[in-house]
Amino acid sequence: MAAVRRQKANETVFDKSLPSKSKPEVNISTFAFLFSEVVQYNQQRVTSLAQLHEKLADLGRHVGFRMIDLLCVRDRAPKRETRIVNILWFIQKTVWKTLFGKEADRLEQATATEATYYLFEDEPLVNKFVSVPKEQSSFNCAAFMAGTVEAFLCGVQFPCRVKAFLVKEQTTTAFEITFEDSVIERDKRLEANK
Amino acid sequence: MTSYFVIVGHQDNPIFELDLSRTQDSGGANESRRHLNQFVAHASLDLVDEAKWQSGALYLKTVDRFNELIVTAFVTASQMRFLLVHDSSVRGQESIRAFFNDVYELFIKAILNPFYVPNTYIVSNNFKKKVQIVAKKHGVAL
Repeated sequence: MAAVRRQKANETVFDKSLPSKSKPEVNISTFAFLFSEVVQYNQQRVTSLAQLHEKLADLGRHVGFRMIDLLCVRDRAPKRETRIVNILWFIQKTVWKTLFGKEADRLEQATATEATYYLFEDEPLVNKFVSVPKEQSSFNCAAFMAGTVEAFLCGVQFPCRVKAFLVKEQTTTAFEITFEDSVIERDKRLEANK
Repeated sequence: MTSYFVIVGHQDNPIFELDLSRTQDSGGANESRRHLNQFVAHASLDLVDEAKWQSGALYLKTVDRFNELIVTAFVTASQMRFLLVHDSSVRGQESIRAFFNDVYELFIKAILNPFYVPNTYIVSNNFKKKVQIVAKKHGVAL
């Protein structure tokens, strides 16, 4: 018989412990089904691909913002990251692992401008069962993940824009992270004071 | 006898406010004391912003003083600033740190609510009650 956990009369969400590290994983097919419905729902409510990207990113922002503090207290020694590279590593490793069960594949800095970084993911979870029609080849569901990353970085006060696009025969997704100038300036100042 | 707790958001807006002082003094004085607490908390924000990039620690200890009032700060990973304006009747840095840590956990539970809009006031009564309980537990409420 399935054990039903009955809620006590006065118990609120504040009496329960935080969702723990021991992964409460969601079935991939369940996730894919839900996500496909999300995409279809939004697709009917937009007139352009850019709008669809924006809508998916908005949903991702909800996730990103809520991950910040949760991941911070799950850490054995909670701390705030103050440097750009450290926070990007944190995203590549910890955030990706929690959300997608694996680390992001590569992290690179653009050679032309110091404010731009690229995060590469070879098989984005959200794209696993997605096939994009030829006439909309610039569409990428990973806009959802870009929104997550953006909300995370903006939340920890590294304001930036994040864009997702496909590279290499449409399999790998790159997330282009462009920080605002103030972030770069602050990072330089912290570097100098070290 | 002062103890005033506030959570300050990204646009220097209050996310949550709670007066933890015993309210035995009469109306008028009480009112101006409350305003002073807000004023002192607001004035310390610049110092908190300066201190928070100097270290990666969440708990920043005492950041500012105004006459007998002491401002102790805690900055979360999401850059929410927890401030406690208090005088020497609140005992010990360690109990304040423990209070902040407990509130941080409650705060996370509050913002994990999918209906909560980031950077807006937390109106939950349950949250307020819980903060009062942990404040009493750590001797931060007077």
